[in-house]
Amino acid sequence: MPGDITINICMGTGGIAAGGEAVMSAFEDALASADIAASVKKHCAAHKVGCRGFCARDVLVDVIENGGKHTYEYIKPDMVKRIVEEHLAGGQPVQEWLVKEDYHTFHGKQVRAVLADCGEMDPEDIEAYAGRGGYEAALKSLTSLAPTDIIEELKRSGLRGRGGAGFPTGLKWEMARNEPGDTKYIICNADEGDPGAFMDRSLVEGNPHAVIEGMLIGAYAIGAQRGYVYIRAEYPLAVQRLTIALGQARERGFLGRNIQNTGFDFDIKVKLGAGAFVCGEETALIASIEGNRGMPRAKPPFPAQKGLWGKPTVINNVETLANVPYIMRKGSGWFAGFGTEKSKGTKVFALTGKIRNSGLIEVPFGISLREIIFDIGGGIEGDRKLKAVQTGGPSGGCIPASLMETSVDYESLASAGSIVGSGGMVVLDETDCMVNVAKYFLEFTKSESCGKCIPCRVGTMRLLEILTRITSGKGRPGDVELLQELSEDIKMTSLCGLGQTAPNPVLSTIRYFKDEYDAHIIERRCPAGVCKSFIAFTVLEEFCKGCMACVRVCPSGAIVGEKKKPHRIVQDVCIKCGACFATCKFQAVRKRAVYGEIHTR
Amino acid sequence: MEKPINSISLVIDGKQISVPSGTTILDAAKQVGITIPALCYHPKVSRSGACRVCIVEVGGTLVTACTTPVSGGMEVITNSPYVENMRRDLIDLILSDHPYDCMVCQKTGECELQELAYKYSIRNPVFRGERRQYAQKDGNPFIDRDMEKCILCGRCVKICDEVQGVGAIDFAYKGFWAKVCPPFEQDLNCEFCGQCVMVCPTGALIGKNWVARGRYWNMREVESTCPYCGVGCTLSLHVKENEIVRVTAKEGRGVNDGLLCVKGRFGYQFVSSPDRLKTPLIRRRKGGDLEPATWDEALGVVASRLKRVKEQYGPDAIAGLSSARCTTEDNYLFQKFMRAAVGTNNVDHCARL
Repeated sequence: MPGDITINICMGTGGIAAGGEAVMSAFEDALASADIAASVKKHCAAHKVGCRGFCARDVLVDVIENGGKHTYEYIKPDMVKRIVEEHLAGGQPVQEWLVKEDYHTFHGKQVRAVLADCGEMDPEDIEAYAGRGGYEAALKSLTSLAPTDIIEELKRSGLRGRGGAGFPTGLKWEMARNEPGDTKYIICNADEGDPGAFMDRSLVEGNPHAVIEGMLIGAYAIGAQRGYVYIRAEYPLAVQRLTIALGQARERGFLGRNIQNTGFDFDIKVKLGAGAFVCGEETALIASIEGNRGMPRAKPPFPAQKGLWGKPTVINNVETLANVPYIMRKGSGWFAGFGTEKSKGTKVFALTGKIRNSGLIEVPFGISLREIIFDIGGGIEGDRKLKAVQTGGPSGGCIPASLMETSVDYESLASAGSIVGSGGMVVLDETDCMVNVAKYFLEFTKSESCGKCIPCRVGTMRLLEILTRITSGKGRPGDVELLQELSEDIKMTSLCGLGQTAPNPVLSTIRYFKDEYDAHIIERRCPAGVCKSFIAFTVLEEFCKGCMACVRVCPSGAIVGEKKKPHRIVQDVCIKCGACFATCKFQAVRKRAVYGEIHTR
Repeated sequence: MEKPINSISLVIDGKQISVPSGTTILDAAKQVGITIPALCYHPKVSRSGACRVCIVEVGGTLVTACTTPVSGGMEVITNSPYVENMRRDLIDLILSDHPYDCMVCQKTGECELQELAYKYSIRNPVFRGERRQYAQKDGNPFIDRDMEKCILCGRCVKICDEVQGVGAIDFAYKGFWAKVCPPFEQDLNCEFCGQCVMVCPTGALIGKNWVARGRYWNMREVESTCPYCGVGCTLSLHVKENEIVRVTAKEGRGVNDGLLCVKGRFGYQFVSSPDRLKTPLIRRRKGGDLEPATWDEALGVVASRLKRVKEQYGPDAIAGLSSARCTTEDNYLFQKFMRAAVGTNNVDHCARL
C-alpha cells in the first residue's frame, strides 16, 4: 500500500551468519514499541528475504517506501534504533550506512532473471511468491497447455542444463516423455558439491517455490507422478525452507492429488544426501535415493530411459528447474533474448577468490570474464595482478589473465580448456601458485572418488602424488609429461563425469602455466612464493625493532629473541605458516626462496 | 541362415557381423573370435564397467565393450595402438597398487591380472606411489581375503548378491581406500559357498586349504560328482600325488554350471582322512569293539536281524530313513525295499526332518 514501509532483511545462510536474526528481532522489537509506532505513523513490516548476492556486505537491509529503495550494509542490531528513528520516523535515510557506489557497480552488469524474486520476498511465504506471479505458469501449463507444448516452448527457449553438462532441457524432457511406461520420475539435483559453490543453496533458500513450480511443470510435461529433491543434509536452512514450501504448496493445492482440479497428481519427497560429491552424478544420485551406495553406473541406458527404480527419470539441477516457471510465464522469447547463439539465458555464478566484491551473481551468457571480474567484481583485492580465473570447480580449468575477453558460455569456456560447470568462479592473483591450485583440486577429487573405476580411483591418487612431489621440491624431469599422459588416461577411460573431468585443473594449468611447473621442477622455486618447500622466512636484523609481535603470533614457537633486540627464526622449527610475515609492521620478516633438494628419477 | 528379425549389423576389427539387438560389443566380438580383455566382466553377474580394461574405439571415442550395446553400422576397433596404450596404462595403474609377489602368490598362472601384465609386458609400472596395506587379516575358516590384492572389480560383491542371494560383502570407504568387506569389517561370516573365490580374477580371494598345496600346473584335473547331496554337482578334483588338493567346478558342466556350496568346495578332506571307514564294521559280541568285516558278512547280519524283528514284531516294527545325500535312484530303491521286501510304509527321508 502507498505510504507503507517494507523492510527486507537478508536471511540467507550468509545473512544469518552475519547476525541477520538479531537484526530482524531488533527491527521487530522497535516496530512493536508504542512510541515508535506513534512516531513513524506508517505501517511498517519487516520481512526476512533470501540471498541478495552480496554476502560480504551482510547484514543487508532494504527499506522500501513508495517504490523507492534504500539499502543499508553491514547492519548490526545496535544500528537499528537509529535507522528506525531517522529513516522510518524522520524520513531521512542514514547516509553513512547506506551502500556505496561499488554496491551499484556490483549489480550494474547483472541480469536477475532466475534470481528475480530471490532476496526480494519472504521465501517462507507462498503468498509472497504468488503475489509476484508465482504458480501462474504452473496453472497455465496444467490447464491450457499440452505437455508437448511445454516441451516445445522449452526447446525454443534454448535452456540448457545448469548443473554443468549443458544438455538441452527440452530435449531431455522429450526423451523421458517418449519413453513407454506409466510410472516416471522427476528429480531435482540439489547436491551442490563444488568447493566454494553456493548457487543452488541460495536459490533453494531464497525461492524454494520456483524450484517446486519448475518440478511441477516438468512432471506434467513428462508424465511423472512423483518427484524427489536430492539435497545435502549440510544445507539445513535450504532443507527447512524447502520443507515449509512443500507444505504450503500442498495446502494451496499445487501438490498432491487432483492439482487445481486438473486431475493431475504429483507430489515431491525430500531425500537428504550425506555429502558425497559423486552423488551429484545422476546415476550415483539415483543409486543413493534407492538406498544403495552412491556409485555411478555405466550409461546407456540413460536415466531418461531407465532411471530411478528402473523407470524413465528426468534429473535437473536446481537452477534449471527454477528457470522453468519464469520461461513459461515470460515466454521463450524473453529468455532467449539473453545470452549467445548456443547458450541462452543467464547463469548464476558464485564469484569468490581474490576479488574485491565476492558473492552470488547472475549474468547473461556472453558476458566477458573481464566484465565479471573488473566491473561486477570490482577488480582484484589489494590491486594485485590478476593471474587466472578458475571456473567449474574441480571439474573445470584455469583460464589465464590473457584470455579475459573470453565470452562466458558453454562453448567458449570449453575451448579455453575449462567449463561453465555448475557455476563456481574463483579468481586467482599473482600470489597464487598454479601447481598448488591444481593440487588443491586433485586433493578434492581424489578423496571424493567413489573408488569404482580404476582410472579415477588409482589415477587421481597418482596425479596428486606427482603434484605433491613437484610442490614439495622433489619434482623430476618428465613429471609434466607423466601428468599429461596420466590425465589423458583418466579423462578418456573413467566411468563417470567425476573422473572424466578430474584432470582438467591439471591439464589447464599445464596448458597455460607450464613455466610455473618448470620453475618448480627445474629451477626449484615457486614463483608465487606459496609452496613451503621453496620458501623460508627470515628476520632482517636492521629492520627489526624487537617488538615481539611476531613471537606472539608464531604458532610453533620458532621465533626467538628478547624485547628491543632483533629476533631470529629457527628454521628447523618454522612451519612456514606466514603469520610473522603478515604481522610484522616494519617489513623485517622477509620471505625468500630456497632451493629444494635435487632429485633425479 | 535367416537373419533374426531385429538383428544389428556392425563391423568389429574389419569383420562384418550381425547380432540380436541388445547384445554388447564384448559378446558380439566373442562371436567372431575376438577376445577383448576384461577384469570386472563375468558372465554370471550383471555388467559393471568398473575396470575399464575392455575399452574399445567407436567413432573416435572410447567405450567399454562390456556395457555398450551394439548399434547399427557401428565400427568397432578393439586393438588400435591408442586403445592398447590406454589398456596398458590401466593395467599399469592397477599394478602400481598391487603387491609384486607373484612368485609366492597362490593365484600365479591362473591370475587374470598377471596374464594382462604379461601381455602388456609391464615389468615396472610407470606410475608409482602409495600402495594400500592392511594389517588386519580375516579369521574366517575357509577364505583367505587379501584385500591388498583386490582390484575392486566387484565380481565377488555381485555374485554373492545376485547369484547366491546372500549379500555378505559390499564396498566400504571411498576412492583409493575403497574396500570390499563384510559389515563393520568383521571376519567373514557367511555360507562360505566360495562363489566369490571362484570369480575373483586375482589372488585376493583364495581357499585357505589350497594355500601352498601346489601349483595348478602340477595338478591333474579329474571330473567327479559331489557325494554330499542328491543334486549331484559336477566337481573338478585337482589331484596332486594322488591326493585332492583343491576342488573347483567348471562353467557349463553339470547341473551346477560352475557353482558349488561350502561342502562341495571346501569339504573334501575326508577323502584322504585316516579316520575314514574302508570296510563295514560289526560288533560281534555285546560290549565288544567294532571289528572289520566283509560286505557279505555285514549284509548277512543286517538281513538276518531285520528278518528276525519282522517275524517277532511284524513289519511295522521296522522303519527306514534314507538320505538326501543319496541319488533319486537310491532313494527309489530304498522305499521299494521297505515297502516290497520289508512290507512297511514306515519310510522317511532326512530332508523332511
